[in-house]
Amino acid sequence: MKLLNVFLATSALTLFAGQANAVDLEFYFPVAVGGAAADTIQSLTEEYVANNPDVSIDAIYTGSYADTTTKAITAVRGGNAPQLIISLSTDMYTFIDEDMIVAWDNYVTEEEQEDWIGGFYPAFMANSQTEGKTWGIPFQRSTPVLYWNKEAFEEAGLDPDAAPANWDEMVEMGKKLTVKDDSGNVTQWGVHIPSSGFPSWLWTGIVAGNGGKLADDTGKNVTFNSEAAVGALEALVALSAEDAVMAPGILDWGGTPKAFFEGQAAMIWTTTGNLTNVRTNAPFDFGVGFLPGLKQNGAPTGGGNFYLLKGSTEEELQAAADFVKWATAPEQAAKWTIATGYVAPRPDVWETETMKEYVSDFPQALVARDQLDYAVAELSTFEGPKVTQLLNSALESAITGQTAPKEALDGAQAEADAILSAYR
Amino acid sequence: MNSRTWIHAWLMLLPAFVFLIAFTHLPAITTVIDSFWTTAKGRRPAVFTGLGNYEKMLADPVFLKAMINSAIYAAITIPASMALALAMALLVHWSFRGVGFIRMAFFTPTVLPLIAVANIWLFFYAPGFGLIDQIRLFFGLPSANYVGQPDTALYAVAAVTIWKEAGFFMIFYLAALQTIPQSLREAAAIEGCGRWTFFRRVTLPLIMPTTLFVSVNAVINAFRLVDHVFVMTKGGPDSATMLLLYYIFETGFRFWDTAYAAALTVVLIVILSIAGIGQFFLADRRVHYK
Repeated sequence: MKLLNVFLATSALTLFAGQANAVDLEFYFPVAVGGAAADTIQSLTEEYVANNPDVSIDAIYTGSYADTTTKAITAVRGGNAPQLIISLSTDMYTFIDEDMIVAWDNYVTEEEQEDWIGGFYPAFMANSQTEGKTWGIPFQRSTPVLYWNKEAFEEAGLDPDAAPANWDEMVEMGKKLTVKDDSGNVTQWGVHIPSSGFPSWLWTGIVAGNGGKLADDTGKNVTFNSEAAVGALEALVALSAEDAVMAPGILDWGGTPKAFFEGQAAMIWTTTGNLTNVRTNAPFDFGVGFLPGLKQNGAPTGGGNFYLLKGSTEEELQAAADFVKWATAPEQAAKWTIATGYVAPRPDVWETETMKEYVSDFPQALVARDQLDYAVAELSTFEGPKVTQLLNSALESAITGQTAPKEALDGAQAEADAILSAYR
Repeated sequence: MNSRTWIHAWLMLLPAFVFLIAFTHLPAITTVIDSFWTTAKGRRPAVFTGLGNYEKMLADPVFLKAMINSAIYAAITIPASMALALAMALLVHWSFRGVGFIRMAFFTPTVLPLIAVANIWLFFYAPGFGLIDQIRLFFGLPSANYVGQPDTALYAVAAVTIWKEAGFFMIFYLAALQTIPQSLREAAAIEGCGRWTFFRRVTLPLIMPTTLFVSVNAVINAFRLVDHVFVMTKGGPDSATMLLLYYIFETGFRFWDTAYAAALTVVLIVILSIAGIGQFFLADRRVHYK
């Protein structure tokens, strides 16, 4: 019987090896930023297939991150899962809960475990590892930074080359940068921190800057109402309510770069994914700096990871893993970063000639990398979307002045505990 | 009829039947069944809970908020879009220079995809540099953040719906107005009847069938049109623009609580059925078909 199996396996292998494409892989990828991202993924896969004739990869564009997660979950439930997807790093617990991903550890050698998995920035791995295993490989990752309008700084009598070093400085500068017309209406705000849809992302950075942490690495415990968190929300609310340096209400993400270009806001907080956009469209000189922190530097990370999905043969998954190893290798990752503006996820990428050339021409790109030393994981838990949503609602309620920060966060903590208790 | 004709008839109907059953009736039945179970996760199978999901709704503040919001949203958008549609139709059903251009202008919002419309309106509403704020600043009014404040966000979203729908309903009213015979108008003129009386006693009753049709559509759309919520507010701030259908989407495809989403869907279907049937029964008495 055993002999027969060996015979069958060998003949199957020879049969497959005889064909041009022994392994057919499917790969879902989202595009969250405009422009070259989709083309770059296509050309990367084509280059890999050209050099590895025994593999064929069908890279399928699947819309936004949310669409990609939806399609992947549907495909898995339908028994037709792709081998590889890119989706939000924060979806890790959702995927584990759905029992639809496999850890990368089985597909790497001990050496690669150290050189490859160990070679990513720890800030990015924080959203990629739990239960002692690695579930995601960082790829299209980003972090928010502060952009400032140098012309507006000059007009306000500030040093155009100095970003605010901390929160208090940002507020002080913001007061000088807030300009009113004769009838008392504001024509330029000092600061603009977008809050539509997912205020929790940037707020995570403010909390980190205040020395706090929102979740642990089991995905089962959150601390929304710690002293640091409440302080961070009070500071954010005060920007409009007391300091009067930011427009009141919920500020839209999409309109944020536009508000910056139009001179409506002198400093904005937004993702590094907008670097190329701002560089192309800002009609003035601009600077890029760390997010100003209340006590220390702090920022969240965001963006997407590679995941390996269950439901395929070991050979297929191994081939998919090998492709990812190649795609995240320095040369390829450098190409990807330059085309999209995403932060290169490994220190060795920045050592390549291509990257060195790029940053000498565009030193602002380095700010995001240097900020990674202070970056924390984006909020990620079991029932992640639900827990994040209830936190977002609480934050929105505080930002719009309906609920006091402490009260809003206490409520969110209680609701989150009710959901997460099922997992403890 | 002989059996051959029967078989023929069934064969002709078969393709439509297959699609109707596969994509409408079966999903509707499974939705009702799923609403009595918990959501299956990879590590935990589904458990029968009976009315558990429905009991959960009564204690779910977001669901209650969504119900109230949907009611307000319907109460604003249905009458406003219908009244505007009728007014626009009355305006352009005469022939004068440039009437074609005005009709086209009124109808344009209908042709645009709602997602595109929402993006345009987002910039109308943008505080500081948006169209509305520029007008406000011109008159010396302070800047306003319509979609970013919980007390105005729902109305800001409803305004987009009205703008989008009125042109579509106008087409139906326009067609109805064109069918009113000229002789009635002449007879009324001879009788010395004023324009308002003519409108109230002749025009309005004659276009009642159209009004019924339009109102059924308006009710359905009041629950169905939520595309712009995705772009403009994502249900926020703090659930201020959470509508029932958007909540179903969020529960089903972002929270992956498909069983609860199924129960919410059943509620939506019940509401729509009652509204639809009620409209036909109640309004039928006051509608004169020829």
